[in-house]
Amino acid sequence: MTILIAILSRLAKAALTLLAIAVLNFCLLHAAPGDPAVVLAGEAGAADEQMIAQLRERFGLDQPLYVQLGKYIAGIVQLDLGYSFRQSAPVIDLIAERLPATLLLTLTAFVISLTCGIALGVAAAARVGKVSDSLLTTLALLFYATPLYWLALMAVLVFSVWLGWLPGFGYETVGSDFSGLARALDILKHLILPALTLGLFFMAVYMRMTRASMLEVSTADFVKTAKAKGLSGPVIRRRHILRNAILPVVTLAGLQAGQLVGGAVLTETVFAWPGIGRLMFESLAARDYNTILGVFLVSAAMVILFNIVTDIVYRIVDPRIGARA
Amino acid sequence: MKHLKATTFLIAAALAAPLAAQEAGGRLDIVVQPEPPSLMLGLVQNGPTQLVAGDIYEGLLRYGTDLKPQPLLAKSWEISEDGLTYTFKLNEGVKWHDGEDFTAEDVVFSADVFLRETHARLRASLEYVESITAPDDTTVVFQLKEPFGPFISVFETGTMPIVPKHIYEGTDFANNEMNATPIGTGPFKFEAWEKGSYIHLVKNEDYYVDGLPYLDEVYYRVIPDAAARAVAFETGEVDVLPGGSVENWDVPRLTEMDNVCSTGSGWEFFAPHAWMWLNNREGPTSDVRFRQAVMYAMDREFQRDVVWNGFGNVATGPVSSKTNFYSDDVTIYDHNPEKAEELLAEMGYDGEEIRLLPLPYGETWQRWAEAIRQNLSEVGINVSIDSTDVAGWNEKTSQWDYDMAFTYLYQYGDPALGVSRNYTADRIQKGSPWNNVEGYDNPELDEKWFDAATMISPEERQAAYDEIQKEIVDDVPVAWLLELEFPTIYRCDIKDLVTTGIGVNDGPRNAWIEQ
Repeated sequence: MTILIAILSRLAKAALTLLAIAVLNFCLLHAAPGDPAVVLAGEAGAADEQMIAQLRERFGLDQPLYVQLGKYIAGIVQLDLGYSFRQSAPVIDLIAERLPATLLLTLTAFVISLTCGIALGVAAAARVGKVSDSLLTTLALLFYATPLYWLALMAVLVFSVWLGWLPGFGYETVGSDFSGLARALDILKHLILPALTLGLFFMAVYMRMTRASMLEVSTADFVKTAKAKGLSGPVIRRRHILRNAILPVVTLAGLQAGQLVGGAVLTETVFAWPGIGRLMFESLAARDYNTILGVFLVSAAMVILFNIVTDIVYRIVDPRIGARA
Repeated sequence: MKHLKATTFLIAAALAAPLAAQEAGGRLDIVVQPEPPSLMLGLVQNGPTQLVAGDIYEGLLRYGTDLKPQPLLAKSWEISEDGLTYTFKLNEGVKWHDGEDFTAEDVVFSADVFLRETHARLRASLEYVESITAPDDTTVVFQLKEPFGPFISVFETGTMPIVPKHIYEGTDFANNEMNATPIGTGPFKFEAWEKGSYIHLVKNEDYYVDGLPYLDEVYYRVIPDAAARAVAFETGEVDVLPGGSVENWDVPRLTEMDNVCSTGSGWEFFAPHAWMWLNNREGPTSDVRFRQAVMYAMDREFQRDVVWNGFGNVATGPVSSKTNFYSDDVTIYDHNPEKAEELLAEMGYDGEEIRLLPLPYGETWQRWAEAIRQNLSEVGINVSIDSTDVAGWNEKTSQWDYDMAFTYLYQYGDPALGVSRNYTADRIQKGSPWNNVEGYDNPELDEKWFDAATMISPEERQAAYDEIQKEIVDDVPVAWLLELEFPTIYRCDIKDLVTTGIGVNDGPRNAWIEQ
């Protein structure tokens, strides 16, 4: 019951937060120089007053800013994200079109980084001070410190250009007419490089955090007690140490999960992955206001949603938290 | 320059007849960068849209690398002695991609109704037009108010794309649902558009020229990162890199590969001309001595060789050497720092800071700005680089918020179409980055520009433009940099890809792949 009330109150706060974010985004965007009419006119390679005025009128930019803001907020409240005049399509359609590709990429990266990160962290903690531990921590440090962009380019260079093992970019083989399993395999092949590239950073973070946290907890009194009871090493590690050590990892996983929608701009760009990050970036360059605001809002909603999910996961992992609240 | 006013009939048949050696079939993968916002060429005319939609839509004419008109939808044309009546005979049996018949009425609707409302660049040329009529289904007559020398150059696909009357008449053009599935008369039909990935065009089996096109399908591939585009070509994912799709320093590496060809041709009609706007209204840049000093301070050959990897030519003035009526009988600004310093001392330049706005089109342009800052600081000009993105650049140039700003513009074959717009005072209007942005105001020269546009005889026009170029180059209203060259890189077994001055934009029409 307390959980239910807590969730409801969190949801109410979340709605207010989202509204505030929408207003803030709107103001920030309109403060940037240029507008979609100017960009479109610029791209046309020729423009006159008539053209710009026509475009502004069509886009509703000829109205005072507060009227535009009012209309936008009124739309959001009715779950209407507006219309992209640049792409001649409702924003919600544009986002829905790109969402599957992005989620496939980010969720794969999420799962890979979380499982491998924790597993490697546990392994490293168990072998603390040994060569294999040093090797793992060094590797993790390397992945942690390498810029994503560079890593992506190197991955393409090695696995795509030199070795020719994996496709270097794209979502699937264009014009291949694959269907069913063949298509799934084709997409999987295209997925490997971007997902690994995107996942490596967080994998390194999870690993280092799990390791440090495991080592810290392993000196606690209840671990000594467990040992004294005669429990085996693996059981102690799993049931006593890991369960207590995992909380900071959950916090961080919540943060990463919040980026599932909007956090892969660089990876999507380098690997020509047709996802939402690119939609956002390209819309920003074109000042396609409604589309950017729509992507921002969906991303913000994801962050808030996963914050709530993280809190719930805390209570499951460590029931003491629920009792205190 | 041939005389065009005489009654010249050109027949398409000879040009279009397919040769035995050409092989049908195959698929072409071409990079398009950035992804076009729309393929409806009548509404959107940015570069990527012209590249893709140039296969779907057609104009009445296309233009050779010598800028001479060639038949497209029109099979022949005639210009009256007085230069006022342009009569076009259209090809027969032309069908829209949805099966409807194409007629002269479509041309009248496109030019007189649709494009007048939507196409800013064409609108300026249509000012000279008195009436557009269709005496019969295959004849269109453009009647002018006064002679307009370059009028024969406005019928290119990107300038006057013919759109279907049966789809657009009486509708809200910008919001017509058919914009998402464009219907044209061109050699390829729209098939699918996977946003963020590719645009798929397929052969128009009913194309009105027998045997054309040879290719079965064309994929335009969207790859947002320049390095990834180079890799895509290396790994064989794409076959054609249109000009400007990879950074210049990648070009030598790619062209050294086996079976890779490149050509600088295919841009003659556009003749991209790069310069820096110099704000003629205020600050040091309003002083002609300062502007001349900028010209002498720059080592443009070095910029061409290093920043552009040797591609392009140093510009001598406002008109590109590829454009009609070019003249090189002008003051030549060589790299002469001493002279620049003298001019600066004479005007008493006090080291006031000059804001330089680079063009945010990638690394090459950024490096170019840095090279010029170095050149200018060598003669004591205090330059700060003012970085922004594309939208910010558009805003700042069109609102005149700069001291010096990079740009490059197309010339469309004729000074009256693509050059005078940047120098005559009637084109000083805030809100557009493509008009007289520098604020150069010279009424005497304005008269000469206007007169040159309405002369009928090419010889007279040449003489008029010679005079204009000689005078304007001394005034340095803007700092001319380079005639840009964007090499097209492709596999050598693709033949006849670039055969016109419009290049890859209408290249797939005649292209074929050697088996």
